[in-house]
Amino acid sequence: MESPFVHTASAVGTRRSARAVAIGALGPLTIGAGLVWAIVQPYRVTLLHPRGEDIWWLLVEPPLLVAAAGVIFWLVVARPLLADLEEVDEAAL
Amino acid sequence: MKPPSEMVHWLFATGFLLLGLFLLAEALAGQEAWAKRRWRLYLWPGFAFGLGVLMWPVMAFFTSSAVHMLAHGAWAQALMAAGGAELGLARGKLHHPAWRALTFVGLLVSGAAFLVHEQNGWLFARAAFLHHLLGWTLVVASVIPLARVFRPRSAALQSAFALTFVVAAVLLFCDRDIAPVFGHLSPLAGNAHR
Repeated sequence: MESPFVHTASAVGTRRSARAVAIGALGPLTIGAGLVWAIVQPYRVTLLHPRGEDIWWLLVEPPLLVAAAGVIFWLVVARPLLADLEEVDEAAL
Repeated sequence: MKPPSEMVHWLFATGFLLLGLFLLAEALAGQEAWAKRRWRLYLWPGFAFGLGVLMWPVMAFFTSSAVHMLAHGAWAQALMAAGGAELGLARGKLHHPAWRALTFVGLLVSGAAFLVHEQNGWLFARAAFLHHLLGWTLVVASVIPLARVFRPRSAALQSAFALTFVVAAVLLFCDRDIAPVFGHLSPLAGNAHR
């Protein structure tokens, strides 16, 4: 037996869960991009081979900045947003 | 003790990357979920405004010529105006959607400033190449916030707007990169350096 209501609700649920997956993936993908960059261009991470550089060269490392942006986004924005998205989805179903 | 100028580019690149991620998350989640916590409405406009404020010390301490100073001043004002207008719209102090046009003006002015203050051709040096690329990227992408004035709820336009900042971040991270493709392209550009 096929119910049009169940069919519609399931379609809405699937579409919204895809949104949640996409939002949930943004942070880890950004962190991954930073780590891959660090592996491909290790000379960009001065901490791995310090040779008397000043403090800025030890603090500002582009691949680590990308990974840090991913962590900040994941903790501050993505996790609470996913909880809210779940509430909105449940209210819609 | 000032950081080297390439690090300022990378720090701003991190800011633009975060800005792009915030906008992308908003586009993906939809307005209803995004607005469930009030602070999120102020997140990207406040962040853009803050980046504009931080551009002033860059203008004061890191520019070596009048044209560079003017360009950095233009970016500071453009970011603050765009962020301020979006903050006003989010807070409800501003109502007319035409205020979003300030973001279009901001991107257009920023792109033009990149192009105007770069004195050399595309293939003179890596920095010249990236200045041209960033400038034209922002000039072309400025049509996206202009379209958002008329279709503010369009997920496609919101996503494209977000990706503009991600692309700008990638280009800023490439600035002063020692990768060969962005290395010195002209012998007149001087000795190769980081």
